[in-house]
Amino acid sequence: MEELIRFDHVSKHYQMGDTLVKAADDISLTVERGEFVAIVGKSGSGKSTCMNIIGCLDVPTSGEYYLGGQAVSQMNKNKLAEIRNRMLGFIFQQYNLLPKLSVLENVEVPLMYAGMDRIARRRRALEVLETVGLADKTRNLPSQLSGGQQQRVSIARALAGSPAVILADEPTGALDSRTSREVLEMLQDLHDQGNTVVLITHDNSIAVTAERIVRLEDGRVVYDGSSDDPAAVVTHDEPLVRRSRRKGGTPA
Amino acid sequence: MNIIESFQMAWRSVFSNKMRSFLTMLGIIIGIAAVMVIVGLGNGMERYMTDQFRSVGTNILTVNVYGRGSTRSIDDEWMYQLAADHPDLLDQVTPMVNIYVPAKIGTENLTRTTLGGVSESYLTKVRSFTVAQGRELQYIDIAQRLKVCVIGAYVAQVYFPNGAVGETIRIGGNKYTVVGVMAQSGEKLEEGGEDDMIYVPYTTAARLTGAALNQYAVTVVDESRASEAKKLIETELEEVFGSDGAYYVQSMSEMLDAMTGMINVLITILAAIAAISLVVGGIGIMNIMLVSVTERTREIGIRKALGAKERTIMGQFVIEAAVTSAIGGVIGILVGYGLSMIATQLIVVLMQENMSVTPSNASIAMAFGVSAFIGILFGFLPARKAARLNPIDALRYE
Ligand SMILES: Nc1ncnc2c1ncn2[C@@H]1O[C@H](COP(=O)(O)OP(=O)(O)OP(=O)(O)O)[C@@H](O)[C@H]1O
Ligand SMILES: [Mg+2]
Repeated sequence: MEELIRFDHVSKHYQMGDTLVKAADDISLTVERGEFVAIVGKSGSGKSTCMNIIGCLDVPTSGEYYLGGQAVSQMNKNKLAEIRNRMLGFIFQQYNLLPKLSVLENVEVPLMYAGMDRIARRRRALEVLETVGLADKTRNLPSQLSGGQQQRVSIARALAGSPAVILADEPTGALDSRTSREVLEMLQDLHDQGNTVVLITHDNSIAVTAERIVRLEDGRVVYDGSSDDPAAVVTHDEPLVRRSRRKGGTPA
Repeated sequence: MNIIESFQMAWRSVFSNKMRSFLTMLGIIIGIAAVMVIVGLGNGMERYMTDQFRSVGTNILTVNVYGRGSTRSIDDEWMYQLAADHPDLLDQVTPMVNIYVPAKIGTENLTRTTLGGVSESYLTKVRSFTVAQGRELQYIDIAQRLKVCVIGAYVAQVYFPNGAVGETIRIGGNKYTVVGVMAQSGEKLEEGGEDDMIYVPYTTAARLTGAALNQYAVTVVDESRASEAKKLIETELEEVFGSDGAYYVQSMSEMLDAMTGMINVLITILAAIAAISLVVGGIGIMNIMLVSVTERTREIGIRKALGAKERTIMGQFVIEAAVTSAIGGVIGILVGYGLSMIATQLIVVLMQENMSVTPSNASIAMAFGVSAFIGILFGFLPARKAARLNPIDALRYE
């Protein structure tokens, strides 16, 4: 299998007055093409920090991050923008659709920045909207859609550019349990079609959707392995309980 | 994303918030309209002045002789000789005698009528009137000091509708026979206008007033050499009088130049003051754009996450500012046109003058260019702020 993401002793430290906050502390891991990985951890454990680094939105203070074999720290801002555009598809908790653009236009945005011409763009956007089942809502504004539908638009947008990695940060955080399941199934489908999916969540019941779990605590990896292993859902300060009662959880 | 799409995007953004965009543009609209009206007014004034001077003749030098403090003097012969000696510069000469008593036709005093004594060359050669009835003044009238007169079209129309030649006019108690009527020269026949005039031989007029000849009109052969001709006459007069306080030579074209020069200075100052409002308008745009960048922080974060480069974001906001400003410029030009038309009408109604306020095409093109440039200039700072936003912070922004 081909290595897609590699963290090589990645740390992200923030100096807050006298204290040094280690948002990410010496993390090393690799993700291969076609994997479905969930990064889990409590609030403040460093999930978003990792996600920002994987998403090329932020750079580590030390260590090196390789995306598709390229060292990201060597890239300038333009190159980073290009990498985000070509290799990464973001799905956010708050959907982050552009409110004044129609559903179709929202999906077109990354394609526009990729320099695709208008007709090709439109065709591709319609295609991905079809796959998420929103072919009939293309002219609507995001505000005219339900939360689940909006999240599906944002999945379509993430898919449009056929990125190497789909990064989902708490994608179900703002959805009810039924819609959450739909979204998770969609991520599962993407994985089945061969996409690499990185799912970030604080919720174990959601994390188990993935085949592999990376558990963070205080910026360190405390578990990295199959989601079938009971140890995957154990935290050091909580008893061994599969907390299925929190299924569909509330926003962090 | 190509440039056309960038403009479409900016256009949509401007139109999605019409009221705010309009208020943003207001400074530019006012500035552009003000500059246009002022420059238009300047153009109109200049043209009006030029027309006024043209109708009198910009090729005319007026020589006034006071003879102050000098025992020597000059007469009409001296002036004629001067012109004859310099045929390359000087053309026609006529003494001018102002008659201050009003002419009388029947029982009516013509108080507003121009009344004076001139030579035979004045009306058709110096002033380029044409004869409508009878004849103009002739050398014989001057030489024999005949009591004859030539009248303008207005006098003829009002007082002698059935033919003026042979009729009489009383001036200072004497009867003058009308020998000719001049064709209309002014735009319209009106009391006190160009065609409301009576001219008699200057010799006759001089006898009537009893004063020495002290004013002459001299035409120059070539208008562009008016200053040279003026200098020549001044030098000659200086030789006679030995003092430059004894005479005064006035050149119409020099006066016109001085007047238009003054108007231009005035207009430039006024336009510069109006242009300040353009700068204020630009600052208004900058202000709103800065607010807009803050409001759209999240949008900027999303766009960056989706792959927008700094220069793309920068371009988006600069183009938006430029489009806002340019639309303001176009509205300003339309408003400026409207106001110019209203001003033209007002001048006609209030001042009875035909002065049109006409903004030049050059000033319109410049106004538009300036407004677009102001947008780019003042849009630059907010755009740079937007482009440099950290995507993580921008995405977190509520
Ligand atoms: N810009 C920053 N400056 C200072 N400290 C930061 C900054 N960003 C994150 N941190 C700190 O780093 C740690 C990890 O933050 P991070 O946002 O990665 O947590 P998280 O796992 O995403 O939490 P949550 O589930 O609440 O989103 C936290 O203690 C946070 O306070
Ligand atoms: Mg987080």
